[in-house]
Amino acid sequence: MDFRWDIIVDYAPLLLKGTLLTIGFSIASIIFGTILGLFIGLGKMMKNKLYSLPFRWYINFFRGTPLMVQILLIHFAVVPAFLSTTNAIVAAILALSLNSAAYVAEIFRAGIQSIDKGQMEAARSLGMTHGQAMRYVILPQAFKRMIPPLGNEFIVLIKDSSLAALIAAPELMYWGQAMQGEYMRPWEPYLSSAAIYLVLTLSLNFLLGKLERRFATE
Amino acid sequence: MIQVKNLKKSFGTNEVLKDINVTVNPKEVVVVIGPSGSGKSTFLRCINMLETITGGQVLIEGVDITDKKTDINKIRTEVGMVFQQFNLFPHKKVIDNIMLAPMKVRNIPADKARAKGMELLRKVGLEDKADAYPDSLSGGQKQRVAIARALAMEPKIMLFDEPTSALDPEMVGEVLEVMKDLAKEGMTMVVVTHEMGFAKEVGDRVIFMDGGLIVEEKVPTELFDNPQEERTKAFLSKVL
Repeated sequence: MDFRWDIIVDYAPLLLKGTLLTIGFSIASIIFGTILGLFIGLGKMMKNKLYSLPFRWYINFFRGTPLMVQILLIHFAVVPAFLSTTNAIVAAILALSLNSAAYVAEIFRAGIQSIDKGQMEAARSLGMTHGQAMRYVILPQAFKRMIPPLGNEFIVLIKDSSLAALIAAPELMYWGQAMQGEYMRPWEPYLSSAAIYLVLTLSLNFLLGKLERRFATE
Repeated sequence: MIQVKNLKKSFGTNEVLKDINVTVNPKEVVVVIGPSGSGKSTFLRCINMLETITGGQVLIEGVDITDKKTDINKIRTEVGMVFQQFNLFPHKKVIDNIMLAPMKVRNIPADKARAKGMELLRKVGLEDKADAYPDSLSGGQKQRVAIARALAMEPKIMLFDEPTSALDPEMVGEVLEVMKDLAKEGMTMVVVTHEMGFAKEVGDRVIFMDGGLIVEEKVPTELFDNPQEERTKAFLSKVL
């Protein structure tokens, strides 16, 4: 089998463009998904069953249906309803954020509930309000435990952003497919894409490892 | 200072406290003893509303803390609590454990809170551990830090929930010493403990609880040397 490095070099500018968009998608979705996920996680933990119901069903829906279906729904139905036309980039970021928020919510909830209840009691016994105890005592400890599962989720998110190729958002996978179409060769485009995704996920892994060490006590 | 009237507490259908009436006077050290499951820890936790009370009243300096209008956070700043499991904040250094509540609850500036924290650490003999994390301390040291942390709020009352029960035997003494000093200074204290020596030496009054009721309540010498109730006798014969 001859491996044609020259076509990878030819296509490099487009693959790079796609990679930048993939990074942009991922960062935006990680940020929006995390913020939204925190609120949904807190919402699900509310004692009143009626109040927590919408949050529970948010999680049920976004975790229980395929991301591909969500992307298609948002691209062809939800975004046009608001913008009159659709926009693949907006739709992709929206779908990825909403989807990852459901997973992040569960990670937050598990992290908070894993902290010994004595911590809350000690904080409250010193006169702190529930909010102060959460902010200064529970969340910093919970966050440290949430880093590994959050890292997992962010890595899944980077890989899942490739589904945006389906709605022709010009990210990495989109250009990989275009390259296959142009040269009629499968190995070069898809191995290049795979290598770039691997670099992205390994970089994120490295950053999360550093973050985790910074939070270590002793 | 503390008045507990007809206190009742149930967990579901399990009635843990049946009808508790206790008055604690200023500067008094009241020691609560009794077999496990007798409700003594629950009783202590009701005094600062860590448990929601099922019936009756708890008054701290005349303020009914079971009243919904009472600001429980304000009351808790006056009532320090020390736990069996220490419950230090593991993500914060020893000094930051002590400074946190004074700064966030009382809005005391950092330099003053630090000075006060160092003074308290000297008092419990741990000033060299100010920048250590709790995980690097022994159990006895942890509990002394926990006492300093509670004292940093300058409470009028201190509650101790089996403070030495999770300690290795050789570390019990150092914690009891700190508590004895505190009692000498005139702190009002309610102590749930299995340390009968401490009860005899430091307690002004000993309460024996069993089955969610106060069985006997006397000065230590009388209770230990001349118990009246059968249940008290049976318990004391096992632990002394």
